[in-house]
Parts: sequence; C-alpha cells; structure tokens
Amino acid sequence: MALLMLMKSQGCVRSCVTITSRNLSSAPAPLAPPKLNSKLALFLYQRFHDVEQMVSWSSWLKRWTLRRKNVYYGYTQMHYGDNVAAAYYILCMKGRFRFAGQSDWFQTNYRGKFSWDFMNFRDVPIEEVDMSGTLINYSGLDNLESQQGLRSLSLRGCPEVDDWFLSHLHIFQDSLEELDLSHCSQITVGGLASLHRLRKLRRLGLSSLPRLQSPGLVRILLEEVLPHCHISGVEYSQGLDETGTDTGLQTETEINQLTEDHTYTQGPHRQTLTR
Amino acid sequence: MVIVFNKTMMTAWRLVARACSAINRRSSVPSHVYCTSVALSGSRSFSTGTAVRKDFFKGADVESYVKDFREKARAINPGSDWHPLHLTPGLPPERTDILIVGGGVVGWSIAYWLKKKERIRDGVRVLVVEKDPTYSQASTVLSAGGIRQQFSMPENIHLSMASADFMRNINEHLSVLNEDPVDLQFNHSGYLFLASENGAEIMEENYRIQRSAGAKVTLLSPTQLKEKFPWMNTEEVVLASYGLENEGWFDPWTLLNAFRRKAMSMGVFQCFGEVTGFKYRTHSMMTEDGDLVDLTRIRYVNVRMPNSLEYQPVECAIVVNAAGANAGEVAKLAGIGSGPQDTIGAIPVPVEPRKRFIYVLHCPDGPGLDAPFVIDYSGVYFRREGLGGNYITGMSPEEEEEPATTDLEVDHEFFQEKIWPHLANRVPAFEKLKVTSAWAGYYDYNTFDQNGILGLHPLVNNMYFATGFSGHGLQQSPAAGRALAELILDGGFRTLDLSALGFQRILSNRPALERNIV
Repeated sequence: MALLMLMKSQGCVRSCVTITSRNLSSAPAPLAPPKLNSKLALFLYQRFHDVEQMVSWSSWLKRWTLRRKNVYYGYTQMHYGDNVAAAYYILCMKGRFRFAGQSDWFQTNYRGKFSWDFMNFRDVPIEEVDMSGTLINYSGLDNLESQQGLRSLSLRGCPEVDDWFLSHLHIFQDSLEELDLSHCSQITVGGLASLHRLRKLRRLGLSSLPRLQSPGLVRILLEEVLPHCHISGVEYSQGLDETGTDTGLQTETEINQLTEDHTYTQGPHRQTLTR
Repeated sequence: MVIVFNKTMMTAWRLVARACSAINRRSSVPSHVYCTSVALSGSRSFSTGTAVRKDFFKGADVESYVKDFREKARAINPGSDWHPLHLTPGLPPERTDILIVGGGVVGWSIAYWLKKKERIRDGVRVLVVEKDPTYSQASTVLSAGGIRQQFSMPENIHLSMASADFMRNINEHLSVLNEDPVDLQFNHSGYLFLASENGAEIMEENYRIQRSAGAKVTLLSPTQLKEKFPWMNTEEVVLASYGLENEGWFDPWTLLNAFRRKAMSMGVFQCFGEVTGFKYRTHSMMTEDGDLVDLTRIRYVNVRMPNSLEYQPVECAIVVNAAGANAGEVAKLAGIGSGPQDTIGAIPVPVEPRKRFIYVLHCPDGPGLDAPFVIDYSGVYFRREGLGGNYITGMSPEEEEEPATTDLEVDHEFFQEKIWPHLANRVPAFEKLKVTSAWAGYYDYNTFDQNGILGLHPLVNNMYFATGFSGHGLQQSPAAGRALAELILDGGFRTLDLSALGFQRILSNRPALERNIV
C-alpha cells in the first residue's frame, strides 16, 4: 500500500532525497518556511518504513559512489608504478596535471576521455596538479602521497575537501609551494590551522570560503605562522567589522580596556623555579 | 389458533421487557453509563444482559470523573497543585532490554551503536538513564576536548584512531534527516609532547609503538622544535613528539548532542532520573578451587525521578554501567565489592571521581595559530581557545594533593603555585597573562591503572562496564561504544580486540599501565 503510494509520488521521494543530501552548506541557512512537498516527503519518511529505507539507500549509494571514485589505486601502483597510478587517478577524476620538466598538461577532453601517453612517463614525478571542481576527498589523497616532488596543488571548488583533508596535506610538507583552496565550501579555521606544517608554502588562495568566519583575522594569523607565504583572496578588513564577537575576538571596547588596564600581573621570574 | 397464541405471547414479552427497563431506569445506575456503552459498541449492544452491578471502570468515563475531581480540588484549595492522582511526567518504561546507566558521551555512543547493530527494526529496546538533565556536572562537557594518538598501549592508540575515523565521517553516521549536519569544530592542530632527559627513552619507545599502530607521529629534536615553534623555550627539553594527523580538539557538547539526537531518532528511550538501587538474584557457586562465589543477576533497576522520592523499577536484561566518575558508586549498589574478604567478591570497581581544574587565560602575545595542544613533562598542558589570544590550561595534581570532590569549586591558588611557573618557563610570553575564567570537572579516575574498563563483570553476569577512562573517555567514546555494542550483541569483540581492557586484569591484579599518562 505504502509502496503503491510511493510509486505515484515519485516527485515527493525525490524531494525527500534532496533533504538527506543537504550537505554542509554555507553558514546559517535562511529560515524559509518548508515547502509543501518537502513537508509531505518528510511525513511519508516518518510514516512509512519503506520510504525511510529508500532514502537511506539513496544516501548510501551517493557515499558508495564517492568512495569508489576515491578508492586507492593499489593494483595500478603495483603494476605500473607510483607515478602512473597517480596520473591515472587524476585523469579519472577529470583533473589535470603536469609532469616535472615538461610544459604541457595532461587533461581529459569534454567527454571525459584522455590519451594514454602518460604511460610513457613511468619515472617522471608529477609537479603540478589541478583538481578543480573534482570530487577528491581525504581517502583519494592517498593516491598522490607518493608524489613527494609536488609543487602546486589546486583544489578550487572541491565540495569534498574539508578540514581533515587539509590536515592530511602534511604529506607534502617538504615540497608544496602553491595551494589554492578557493570556493571550497567545507573549509573552516580548524583545518587552516594545520597548514603551518607546509613550511615551503609560497602562495595560498583563500577566496570565497563560506564557512570561514572572520577571514581577515585568519589571514593575519596565517601570515604570522607562514611568513614567506603570499595569501590571496582575503582582505584584512574582511569579517572584522560585523562578526567580531563570534570568533572569540573581543569587542573593541573590551580590547581597549585590556590594553589600558595594567592588571596583567607579572609572572614568577624564571630563576625562582625549583626545577 | 397457534398464531393467535404466539401474538399474545409476544405482547406479553414486550410488556415484561418494558417493565424491566422501567425498573432499571428507576434504579441507581446512572443513565449515561448505558449511553456510553451503546456509543462504544456502535448501534446496538452485544451484551445480552444488563450489568450485574455498577462497574466504575468498565463503562464509565473515568477521565471525566478525574477531571471533575481535579476541578473540585482546585476550587477547594486554589493556588496549590497538589493532587492525589498526580502522574509524574517522564517516567521510564517499565521494561527494557538494555539499560544504560549514564547519559554521557560514552552512554549515548553505546546506545547509538546498539541500535545501529540491531538486525531487525526495534530488535533491542534501549533506555538511557541520566541523572542530570542540564549536564552541569558531566565530565563530557567539562573536559578540554582533546583527541590524540600518542599513547603507549596499542589498544588506546587503536581506540583513538578508530574514533578519529568516526569523527571524520561523522555526517555519515550521525546525520539526521531534515536536521542540520554535525559540525564538530575540530581543530587539527595536533598534540606536542615534551620529554626531559628522564622521559626521552620512553618517548622513543612509545613513538615506535605508535608508528607501528599506524599513527602519524613524528619526533622532533630541540633545534627542530625551536625552528617550528619559535615562541617556545626549549631548555631542558631533550625530545618532543608531535602528532601530524587526527589529533587536535573539538567541541564535546556537539559530539554528545549528535550522538543523542541520532540515537533518539533511532528509537532509544531517554529518561532523566537517578539509579538508586538494583533488585538482583544471587546464586552461590563453587569454583574449581573449592571457594564459594556469589553470582548475581540484576533483574530490576530502580530509577528515581529528579526532585522527588518516587521511583520506578525497570525490568531489564542487561545493564551497562557508563556512569563515568560515579561508576564505582553504581557498581556498589549491585553488591560489587561487598563480598567476603580475600575473595574476588571483595574487589570493588576501582573508579572514583577526581577533580581537575581548567583555567582560561587571556594573553594577547601568546602563541598563534600554530600552537598545538602542548603537554609539558611537568604535567602542565595548554591549548589555544579560539582566535582572540585565549588559552586553556590545566594540570593533574600529585596523588597526595588531590582536592576534595564534594563540589566543583575552583582552587585559584593551584594555578598560581603549580601551573604558572611551569607555563611561564615553557612559553616566555605567558609571563604576562590574566586568568579570565576557570572551571572544574570530574575525571572518571581508574585508581588501578588509569585505563578504561570495557567488558562484563565476572560476578554480576549482566552488568557491562564502559568506564574508568581517566580523562580520555570523550576521545575514545565512538570506538568504545562500538566495542561494547559488539560485546553485547555479537558476544565478542569484532573490529578491535580490546580484551586487554577487560575486567580480568583487575581481578588478577595485572595493571595495564599507560606510560606518560596525562
């Protein structure tokens, strides 16, 4: 019975599915009244176990697809070497890359097809990778781990790049010079704090990060820990005027009070230490 | 002839019936009783006779009587909400399969995993009993919220790594339809352990264990340390170990609520009340050595309602003791530790509350965004809190200087005398700071070996323990909950073998000690 109703209301199910797929979007969602069909879908979800099951299947399928795309290319690596496996992974994800010492980029065409010429470069490491707009995630990064000469990585607009991904970037800490993180919708300051491990970083793109609160302050703090790095895409004043209190930064009057106030007691002198 | 007789008989019967109904109407039975019974059974009553006597509960509208009574009582005594037929809201169900004592993060994690692992819908009925609905004294929310892999026992390392893995995919596990996704506010800044000359060897050994378990940890020499963290004074530091991945801190309240929200959406019952006692049955058994041992099986758990003396016995098959700092007390209620001297019945659960202070500092010149969760060899730790130059710090006191655990008052002297000297020594910028706030919380301190106790009690054969984590219960809760759910539903550990954390080590007096515990 419920299943019959379901068949008739395909549209409702689809909107129900979109409810589950509501991903980590930008800051506070607008509080619009829920639409009639999404309310109906929610009702069906709560009323019928088969609707619930179908919704859970659909979200499982989505996760499974993501996992399959970012699977570890161990077999390729074993047979063709690290570089070919990494290159193959990048092309499968519809990204592009450049081998060290070459000027032309390998990339897919508009239909997702690519030439297999990269198989000739078994011993050449990859130097630049552009994964813009792909579904690369934390586990997919393992495929690139062998590329210890990677100098540039662009992750512009990758929906699955999150703080855990950034914390995993320490595998390139001795080589990575350029990193572009603009338009990544899941990045927060918790992940950016781990970037200080990339000691060689020279360029960092941070424009349009919707979940990053007070980007101006974060830029200042990042420049402090990465003194040789040029950070683009963020103005110093950005986010400082309106959302100051959200980020643990105190209001201006309070800061003034603190600086005028001389109640900062001097700590014990180091020589008085017993240790 | 026959027909005429029949007709007269019919009229006679009708007369008799009418007379009877008239008698009935004159009797004391209220007329609306019939009305309702007629209304209940549709157009006609199925009963062939009338009620033998007045049945108050059968036909009458009891609720309307109660309502009338309440109104009368209110009219007699306005302003008072006393009522003889008062029903306590929020009573627990009378019967459940698994009752979890303690609604902290470990308790809710177990509840979530039990529901996740059940084979059929509503296969297990789970009830979580929490005594404090505001969580004002819960260790979960009063902790510093760190997660690390830098332990020396492989079990602890694997627990933390599995928990980090869970947190990475937290929205796959704990997202609820039509609710906001979980944002743990995880800060991936890593842990930094410092070692003096005495501890360097142990640290190197720990490092080897951690690497072999798969944790991403690296060792730093004092020069590398100075280069990486210029704000630190590296005097007397011989070695440092620094976590590169899966280490940092997060918001405990979010994790607790995410577990709670998901578990309740899966059908776990929640009840606010305090467990005051158990009803159990005891059998005497003889061991191979000829000792008499009392085996206990819990049948009912008495749950007392908050702010009242009323309690409800809950019949249950399995009790999970996840009461954190009060786990020892709860175990005592089941008779654990009250057996005759020098038998295993006399060994109590070695978990007791210990008070720990956390101080919030403001120091505008302190370390910046690269500051990890630093743990000095003196025992002092600190971490950054937010971006505005705030830090939190703390330290475990010496065994003989343990503060009283009766309340959660903060001892500010402790910061001045014990913590600040070490803190200012390690980071010179902390010479000048201001304590802006402080709080205290309870550790569920395992006095035996400062490690978690996971498993069944050998003498109470339906009480499972998940407690005694001594400060790292929060970070290990996702994996510990899974392990305990496996133990209950599968009969053994499936993903991680944690038998070393079982009860056996306490009975056989073989402590599983963690080196460099903080």
